[in-house]
Amino acid sequence: MRRTLPIAVVAGVGFFMLIQYFIPREEFETLYEWALDWTMVIGAFAMALGLYSLTNMMLNKVKRKSEGWGFSLVALVGLFLMIFVGLVPHYQESLRYGTLFMDIFEYIYIPIQAAMFSLLAFYIASAAYRAFRARTVLATILLVSAIIIMLRLVPLGPLSAVNQWLVNFILTVPNMAAKRAFWLGVGLGATATALKIMLGIERGYMGRD
Amino acid sequence: MGTAELIWNGVAAFLVLCIYSFLYKDNPFYKFAEHLVVGVSAGYFAMILYYNAFLPKLIHPLLAGQWWYIIPGILGLLMWARFSRKYQWLSRPTLGFVIGSGAGVAIPLYLQNYVIRQVHATMLPVGFTSWPLITNLLIIIMVFCSLTYFYFSKQHKGAFGAAATFGIWTLMIGFGAGFGMTVMGRVALLAERVVFLRDYFAELLSALF
Amino acid sequence: MSFYERMMNLDRRWVYLVIGVVVVVTAIWSFAVPMYVTPEARSVYDFVDGLVPGEVLMIGVDYAPEVMAELHPMTYAITRQCFAKDAKLLLCCLHQNGPGMVEQVIAQVAEEYDKVNGIDYVYLGYKPYPAITILAMGQNFRIPFPEDYYGTPLDSLPMMRNMTNFDNVKAIINISGGSGTEYWINYANGRYNAKLAIGVTGVMTADYYPFLQSGQIFGLIGGMKGAAEYEYLAEKAGYISREKDQLWASKSMPIQTTTHIVIILFIVIGNVGYFMSKRKK
Repeated sequence: MRRTLPIAVVAGVGFFMLIQYFIPREEFETLYEWALDWTMVIGAFAMALGLYSLTNMMLNKVKRKSEGWGFSLVALVGLFLMIFVGLVPHYQESLRYGTLFMDIFEYIYIPIQAAMFSLLAFYIASAAYRAFRARTVLATILLVSAIIIMLRLVPLGPLSAVNQWLVNFILTVPNMAAKRAFWLGVGLGATATALKIMLGIERGYMGRD
Repeated sequence: MGTAELIWNGVAAFLVLCIYSFLYKDNPFYKFAEHLVVGVSAGYFAMILYYNAFLPKLIHPLLAGQWWYIIPGILGLLMWARFSRKYQWLSRPTLGFVIGSGAGVAIPLYLQNYVIRQVHATMLPVGFTSWPLITNLLIIIMVFCSLTYFYFSKQHKGAFGAAATFGIWTLMIGFGAGFGMTVMGRVALLAERVVFLRDYFAELLSALF
Repeated sequence: MSFYERMMNLDRRWVYLVIGVVVVVTAIWSFAVPMYVTPEARSVYDFVDGLVPGEVLMIGVDYAPEVMAELHPMTYAITRQCFAKDAKLLLCCLHQNGPGMVEQVIAQVAEEYDKVNGIDYVYLGYKPYPAITILAMGQNFRIPFPEDYYGTPLDSLPMMRNMTNFDNVKAIINISGGSGTEYWINYANGRYNAKLAIGVTGVMTADYYPFLQSGQIFGLIGGMKGAAEYEYLAEKAGYISREKDQLWASKSMPIQTTTHIVIILFIVIGNVGYFMSKRKK
């Protein structure tokens, strides 16, 4: 029951959502819209799971005074500050541009997040220097293709037109063909996985008893 | 820039520099900024989820008398049983509902958009009389050879092996194009942050002197 | 240890320092970069330019601050062009940390053009499960979004009176930094035949050419360069202005040029060092 009911639900809902695509009747459309509506309500609770997990982990670190607990306290202060500022002064109007809630988003969250990801530029430069070697024919092909694409951002005078043509050719012919093969694989793989889930062959989502 | 904006941007600039200090080595300033953003982003998402998901999709409909929303509400709450080892199985039917609906809608659409339409778009007029016809021929050959490379049920020997080799060359050109674009993407993130710092310090200097 | 071996074992912080110096020096001593506009970015620009007053363009903004350097300029440029054409905008955000990004753009640009919420634009807000949300919007916007981002019931907004689903929008432009684009292609265009263009990060650009060739998307703005191309076209037409500091992506293009030159040099030096040290062995 603990394992058969969920499998039955997956199969039932899954097959309904599959066949409704082919049956343009109002009753099916109504049930389809209900299913979508309910999934979104459930989705809100599912998203909240992650938040609870994170808060719990940080609280435990602070309670046990584990290594680096002070920083977890900083995270908790940030979390509760945002919740307080989001709820108390203006309620839903806090989401508007210019409120303290949005100022914290704009001047604390955005800069830190953008800066953290901008570190990748340094890492890719380091990787290009230390790891990008033309060791084999295949690596050389990859390297040459990458350098042609990178040169499109460099003014090359009379060679710019040639480079732009090459870039356009690479992107619209071999790159397009390679990515098409990739997407065909994704489509077939996703279809197979979805079928396996609906038929109860794939049950990893249930966890262990 | 007004005084308040100057101060807020000063906070943002300080936090950006805290993140960049990591390039030398890990340090308390970096850890502080990192944990602050974790807390702030969690708090921000909690408020967005409350105002944009829970309120309009559950609380307001229930208050307006649409009692049937209690059913997805209860299903959503059952998801939280995942945190209990004893009652974890209660979350499975809800999870099954969500996964089933996702899998069901995915099958016809993945097949249609990633397989059928892509194969259809590969059926191109070919010839040797004009460049577009030649590139069409190249596309067909390259897609076919790229797919051949991923067929591992037959040994890559003879004509089949030659097709697979051409296929992996095509894939390498595609990956090279992807790498070249990735470098641009990563550098873009750094460039924007440095431009922000430049503009802020220019404003600060002009405000002070 | 030979010179080449020492070169190969260089502390990566020296590489970081070189990149840092190049970026800062270029930021201070900037220069003009010639712009070549790709057909795929021009397709999006020409489409938006062809909008007549009153037509509705939908923008699906699915990115968070980490990729805003590449995508925020696109959102700003398209929004300004739309409002300059007196077209209406319907916006939504399907990335959990992105709603504030949209609010930032729409609040600033709407003020520049005196556009009114509910009449000239509607911001639907955020919902979880992008795939399900897009499918639901294809049936009726009110299923996933009974209220807009600010909590106003959709039925009370004048702009939404004659708007039911994707059939009522001229096109959708999805600006995304993650898997959101796949959902829009698969569900909005795949199921509901919505006319779709995409703006994506540099990392993702190369992946979507098959959909451009198949006609599933009618345009593709690729990364910061794509955004700079769009800004170039918009500036030429007068929709955005350098004097008002509205060319975000274009400001960073000189840094792109010099950093790319340095990274190419790093690759060449790294390979020279590798082959020379291999030869010595």
